Amino acid sequence: MDTRITNVVIAGLGGQGVIRAANILAETAFRAGLDVKQGEIHGMSQRGGSVTSDIRFGAKVHSPMVPTGEADFVLVMHPSQEANNSHHLKKEGIFISVSGFLGEGKSKISDLDADESNPVTERNCNIALLGILSEYLPFDDALWEASIRGNLPARFHDDNLEVFAYGKTRAAF
Amino acid sequence: MTKDLEPRLMSGNQAVALAALHLGVSLGVGYPGTPSTEILENFSLFGGLAQWSPNEKVALEVGIGVAYSGARALVTMKHVGVNVAADPLFTVAYTGVPGGLVLISADDPGMGSSQNEQDNRRYAVAAGVMMLEPADAQESYDFLFEAFRLSEEWKLPVLFRMTTRVCHSRGIVRPRTASPQEEAPAFVRDPRTYVMIPGYARPAHKRLRQKLNDIQQWNESSALNEIHEGDSSLGIITAGVTYLHTREAAPEASVLKLGMTYPLPLETIRKFAASVDRCLVIEENDPYMVDAILAAGIPCEGKEEMYRFGELNIARVKHIIDGDHGDEAPPPPGKPPELCKGCPHRMAFAVMNKFNCIIAGDIGCYTLSVLPPFESLDTCVCMGASVGVGLGLRHALPDEEARRVISVIGDSTFVHSGLTGIVEMVYNPPKTGHVLVILDNGTTAMTGMQEHPGTGRALDHEQTGKLVFENVIRAMGVPNVHVVSRPQDFEALLRESLEKDELSVIILRKVCILAEPKLARYEAANKTTKD
Repeated sequence: MDTRITNVVIAGLGGQGVIRAANILAETAFRAGLDVKQGEIHGMSQRGGSVTSDIRFGAKVHSPMVPTGEADFVLVMHPSQEANNSHHLKKEGIFISVSGFLGEGKSKISDLDADESNPVTERNCNIALLGILSEYLPFDDALWEASIRGNLPARFHDDNLEVFAYGKTRAAF
Repeated sequence: MTKDLEPRLMSGNQAVALAALHLGVSLGVGYPGTPSTEILENFSLFGGLAQWSPNEKVALEVGIGVAYSGARALVTMKHVGVNVAADPLFTVAYTGVPGGLVLISADDPGMGSSQNEQDNRRYAVAAGVMMLEPADAQESYDFLFEAFRLSEEWKLPVLFRMTTRVCHSRGIVRPRTASPQEEAPAFVRDPRTYVMIPGYARPAHKRLRQKLNDIQQWNESSALNEIHEGDSSLGIITAGVTYLHTREAAPEASVLKLGMTYPLPLETIRKFAASVDRCLVIEENDPYMVDAILAAGIPCEGKEEMYRFGELNIARVKHIIDGDHGDEAPPPPGKPPELCKGCPHRMAFAVMNKFNCIIAGDIGCYTLSVLPPFESLDTCVCMGASVGVGLGLRHALPDEEARRVISVIGDSTFVHSGLTGIVEMVYNPPKTGHVLVILDNGTTAMTGMQEHPGTGRALDHEQTGKLVFENVIRAMGVPNVHVVSRPQDFEALLRESLEKDELSVIILRKVCILAEPKLARYEAANKTTKD
C-alpha cells in the first residue's frame, strides 16, 4: 500500500476564499476514496489577516497539520502572501501563486479584474489555482467538478467551472 | 447503507453537532466563542434545538435544569467561558444529574483567537468531573456518545475538552445508528440531592469522591484508552490531537493514548511505563498528566518548559523526543488582522482618539483598535472588564487624570457581563463620574455574526424577546443615556460627557458592515412571517 501523504498548504488573506478552496480540495480527495485531514485557524484571521489551510491526503493521515518544509504544493492567493508562505514548501515542491495570472509588470491582485485576456478575477482566483493544482494530482475532473458544485451556490457554477478549466491550461510542465 | 450512515468529511465541531442530533440531545446551549461557536450553529442547522445564552454561566445553569429534568443537555463554550461558568460547574458535580449533561470546553493552545491559553484540564480536577479528550472529528463524534453514556450511568456531568485543532480540523466521520433517549423527561423531587445546603452538600462531596474512585477503576480497562504497540525502547503517553502528531513523529514508538484524562487510569499507565525503556509524556499546554503520573510514583519524563507555549505539531513532538531544546525559528510574520474597510468601529476610534483618553477596552472586533492605525485601547482583560477596570482607574487616579478615563464595550459583550458593571457604576460612582461607550453594531461580529439578546433574534435568527439597552440602563439609574449614530453627534456627546462629573452611557449604534445584508434579510423574513 502506498503510505505516502500528499501535503498542500493554501494561503491568502481573510475573506479571499482560502477555506473554500481548501474544502473543495479536501472533498475531491475524499471522493477519490482517500483518507483526508484538513486544518486551519480561523477567528481573528477573518478580519483581513493572513489565513492558511493545510490539506493532507493519502491512505492514512494522522495529524491535520502539514509539517514545516514538507508541503508538496503551496497555493498562494495574494501576491503579498508569497514570502511568508514559501517556508512551507519542500525542496522539490511546487509553488503556485496567483501572481502567475497577472500580466507583465502587474503586481496588484485588483489588476486581475481589469485584465480582459483571461477569466480569472479577484473573486474566483482560488478556483483558478485549484485548476493548476489539478494537473499535478491524480483525481478525475468529474470529482473536482462535483466538489466545486457542492461548495458553491448554483449561480456561480458556470463561471467557476470555466475558470477551473482555464487554470488547467495554465499549469506549467 | 442508509444515507444517514454514509461517511462524510466534517470538522470536529460539526461532528459533535451531528452526534448530538443522533443522541437526541434535548437542548444545546452556550455562548459564542472561537473555536466552539460552530457546534451549536450546526446542531441548529441539522434540526436540533439550540440557543445562545447571555453568557456561559447562564448557559450551564440552563443545561443543568435540562439535565435535572432527566433530558440530555449539551453546553458549549470556549475555554475562558468555563471561568464564567465555573460557579455552577463545581456544585453540579456535587448534585450530579439524572439526565446526561456534557460541557464542551474548546481550548485554544497558541491563542489563535483568545486572550490566554489556560489549560482547562485543570477544571476537571478542580471540580471533580470526568473528562474526555477527542483527537479528531471521528472521535469527536464517537466520544460524545460515550460522554452521554458515562454521564447517565454515573449521573455526573462530563467535561468534553476539545482544542482549536480538533474543533476546526476536518476529517472523515462514519456516523452510527441514532441512539436517542427512551424515557420522557420528568422531575423527581429529591432536595437532599439537588439543594446544596451545607448539611446536604457534605455527604454529596463524599459521594462525588467515592464515584470518582469507582470511575477511575472503570477507566483502567476502558476502551477509551488505547495502546499502539510499537518498539519497547520508547513509550509515549499522550491524548487529543497530540496523539496524531506523535504517530507521525515517532511511528515506531509504543503509544498509550488516553481518551478519558480525568480520572486518569494510573494503574494502566503504571503498567505501560514499566513495559518500555523510556517513558515520555507528551501533552500540549500545562504539564497536567506528567505531574499526576509522577505524583503517583510512576517514573516518566515530561517536555521542556519551552513546549508549554503554543500548539504542538509533528516537528515539535520530534524535538521533544530528541531532547532538542534549541531556539525555534518563528514562522515568517503574516499580515495581522484589522478592522474591516467601512467598519463603524473605525469611525468610533477616530473620534475617541481626538480626546487623549485612557481607554479601558473589552473583547470583540474593536480590540483590534489597539493595533495601528488607531492604537487606541489601553487595557483589555476579559469579557466585561472594561467597565470595572475603567471605574477602578477613575477611583485611584488624581481627578484630572481620572476625567480622561472611558470604558468601551461591544453590544454582545455588554449583555454577557457589562450589565453588572453598570450596577457597580451606579452603586459606587467615582467622584469624577464615568463614561461608558457601547459600540452597538447589532451582532456578535468577532465570532462570526451570532445573535444575542440585544438583537431580538434567536440563534436561528427568528424573532424573539429583545433587550433594549437604553431602557435597561436608564432603569438601572444612569442619569445620562444617549443613543447616536453620526460621528459629529458622537464627538459632541463624548466631549460633553467627559467634561461633567456624572455617569454617562453613550450607545453608538451602527450596524456591522459585514452583517448588514444578513440582518436586513432576517428582518425582512421576520416581518413576512408576522404579516
